[in-house]
Amino acid sequence: MIGLVSYIVFFLILSLIFGIAVLGLNLQWGFTGLFNAGVAGFIGIGAYTMAILTGPSRDAVFGGFELPFVIGLIGAMVVSGIAALAVGIVTHKLKHEYLAVATFGIAVTIQLVCLNWEYLTGGTLGLIGIPNPTKDLAEGPLAQNALFLCIVISLGLITFIAIENIVKSPWGRMLKAIREDEIASSSLGKDPARIRLEAFVLGCMAMGLSGALYVSFIGYVSPWDFLPILTFQIWTMLIVGGSANNRGALLGALIVWGVWTMSGYVISNVVPSEIQAQGGAMQAILIGLILVVMLLLRPRGLIGEELQVSRHARSLND
Amino acid sequence: MFLQHLADGILSGAIVSLGAIGLSFTMKMLRFANFSHSELLTWGAYAALVFLSFFSTFGGFFDQTIGPFSFGLPLLFAMACACITTSLIAMFLHLYVFDRLSRSAGHMTMVFASFGVALVLRHLVTLIWGSDPIYYSNELQFAILLPGGVRVMPDQVFLFGLTIFTVIFLHLFMTRTRTGIAMRGVAESPSLAQVSGVNVNAIILWVWIIGASGAAMGGVLYGMTIQLRPELGFSLILPLFAAAILGGAGSLYGAVLGGLIVGLSENLSVMIIPTTYKPAVPFLLILLILFIRPEGIFGERKR
Amino acid sequence: MSSAAGYILQVKDLVAGYIRDLPILHGVSVYVDRGEIVTIIGPNGAGKSTLIKAVAGLVSVSQGSIELNGKNIVNVPAYQRATQGVGYVPQTGNVFTTLSIHENLIMGGASLHRGKAERRIEELYEIYPVLKSRRREKAGVLSGGQRQILAVARALLTQPDLILLDEPTAGLSPKAAAELFALIRDLSRDGVAVLIVEQNAKAALRNSDRGYVLAEGENRIDGAAHTLLADKEIGEIFLGMRRDTPLEKEEA
Repeated sequence: MIGLVSYIVFFLILSLIFGIAVLGLNLQWGFTGLFNAGVAGFIGIGAYTMAILTGPSRDAVFGGFELPFVIGLIGAMVVSGIAALAVGIVTHKLKHEYLAVATFGIAVTIQLVCLNWEYLTGGTLGLIGIPNPTKDLAEGPLAQNALFLCIVISLGLITFIAIENIVKSPWGRMLKAIREDEIASSSLGKDPARIRLEAFVLGCMAMGLSGALYVSFIGYVSPWDFLPILTFQIWTMLIVGGSANNRGALLGALIVWGVWTMSGYVISNVVPSEIQAQGGAMQAILIGLILVVMLLLRPRGLIGEELQVSRHARSLND
Repeated sequence: MFLQHLADGILSGAIVSLGAIGLSFTMKMLRFANFSHSELLTWGAYAALVFLSFFSTFGGFFDQTIGPFSFGLPLLFAMACACITTSLIAMFLHLYVFDRLSRSAGHMTMVFASFGVALVLRHLVTLIWGSDPIYYSNELQFAILLPGGVRVMPDQVFLFGLTIFTVIFLHLFMTRTRTGIAMRGVAESPSLAQVSGVNVNAIILWVWIIGASGAAMGGVLYGMTIQLRPELGFSLILPLFAAAILGGAGSLYGAVLGGLIVGLSENLSVMIIPTTYKPAVPFLLILLILFIRPEGIFGERKR
Repeated sequence: MSSAAGYILQVKDLVAGYIRDLPILHGVSVYVDRGEIVTIIGPNGAGKSTLIKAVAGLVSVSQGSIELNGKNIVNVPAYQRATQGVGYVPQTGNVFTTLSIHENLIMGGASLHRGKAERRIEELYEIYPVLKSRRREKAGVLSGGQRQILAVARALLTQPDLILLDEPTAGLSPKAAAELFALIRDLSRDGVAVLIVEQNAKAALRNSDRGYVLAEGENRIDGAAHTLLADKEIGEIFLGMRRDTPLEKEEA
């Protein structure tokens, strides 16, 4: 029984950590129409920043400031926000497909840096020993995890409420107007490029927060944690949950993470051991298939509201 | 040293060019960034592996290598069969995934679906053939010494020659045949092509066939001169996109020139930056081009 | 072949638009006989372009019929309509600017057998020598008027029974416009049915046999071209207020 509870707590922690990243992505795609294909990169930035700020000092490696948990979280969000700002400024003129390619490339580059800049990131070995705040506050893994879950839930709620409020504010309404028709909304006097940039930065800050929570839970970070497949997982969570819908974003995180872990479990128990090593490949194939099939069967595709008059007319004149 | 990097750059650029042709065309015609195109290179390479063992069983004359190359007729036949295989895969994907999505959903859905398709294709390769590197043959080759102290393998010379031949062939196809001209017409305006009597859907299938065949050839050449591994195509995604974007979507010569520039800049860059960051170079190129001239060298400015 | 029931083009009660549930045309009917020049005029948003595009096959039809030589082509895909006798010259993007003049004509003959296409291209070069002399140049360097000639030539490659022209004189100098109308009159003399959509109502009606006035996706007035020119109500439909002078007398 304890095992099951323990497992559920573990599962919920990870789902919600991802959920926070999905909320950030939702702000970017669902509300602003920005196709960020480099999610993994920004999560990674948050993760490494947390590791550097809160981790113990290590030989020949920068950082190890051993700062408190909360400072680490804030630092992670700030650094990923700054990175997002830099990226956003460079890419703000890009149209959808090009933005996808550019952000994808950014994530790959970030991962490359994490892999190679040993002084900053510990290179291929990554960074270990990242402190988990619950270790000092509770006894035994179950209690610690339960406490961590509470931390994640609170932060998730705060993020959720913050984004909901932002979206309902005048700024948020402007965002929606831009998504639908940029020319018309720029005639209203606000600068669409700037508002899009702000949305991009905020979304990436949520992703940074997610990364920071992840590494403080797991305790170590390596460049292999932020491969493109992570971007794919977050996107899948967003799609399954339905975009432009924050509740859906969190729900999607739960469902997809559930399917992912379950498929891993099924594969390791059902598949003969000789091809177990291919288990990762099978999981990936399964998820990829589910996703593509879902996109095909859902006639409205990625955004539930995509079928707008202006969008259709525009595509006919291409 | 510089000349060697130059030669290496041209050779890796050739592979990128072959792969970028298909990507460039489909980006223009279907207006979506196809992240699964790179997997056609992988599948082309591995399909050729399968056909290679088939053709090699014929023995006799078939079994011999040609001249200084590491391969014989079997690999050439295998390459042709690989082109057919990837064309079939591409047509299947178009008809059952991308074409359907282009009618029912937006372009970004197609981009995302291509992520998913890429994932499935890539991991299928791992599932079937494992993740260890494989080689077409264990033949040893002797490097040829060119002026300037440049060393190339005979296979690499073949790579270069085949690419040139293919580009010339495609150029003639696009300018002298009615199908090729129709393709260019469809690339500019599908609706005008339709009312002129062109079956645009059929032309689009031809585009996929050409693109997939180019990818298969690129993949086989990569496998021949470097190695086969499941991430073959995936490792080339950014160079492919860089070449396609650089050259301007829809331009044959753009894709070729783009590939060349990507290959050269990648290989020449190691003279300045550490080799471990080499994969980032195409990406930086992408950012640079998109900043300066978003429509690419040969692309049309959106009026 | 034309009898009362056998017009080249007969459009009946057409309901059509770019999106299924948002029709722009609400039941429009027009017909064009062999050798006739028919012009459709009307204020902006009337649906004139949509009507032409529906006949060409570029816009979806939810109700009504489009009969070409008696056969309903509503379900025929656009590219097959070219083989069945419809030639279409769009308003914008009327030529392939990245292709040469010669290649543009090849595109027009895409649905014909190669030999037949080559013969037709030579025939069109005889009729429009200005194209022949510049055949290797890219269509993008041509002037507006020359592009229209090329566009019409391309549409004529399949020897269509019906030719559709969407605002053919838009952006043309008066001289080029006059030349184009002369070209169109030649076409009708050869028996081709011509359907034109025009903003420049006066000039178009002067060169037509009959006309239809469309407004808000519906038929309003139709009749012989010279009658429409003299009609006072048309001014009202166009300008939304009572006019004392008919179109014919208004300043250009």
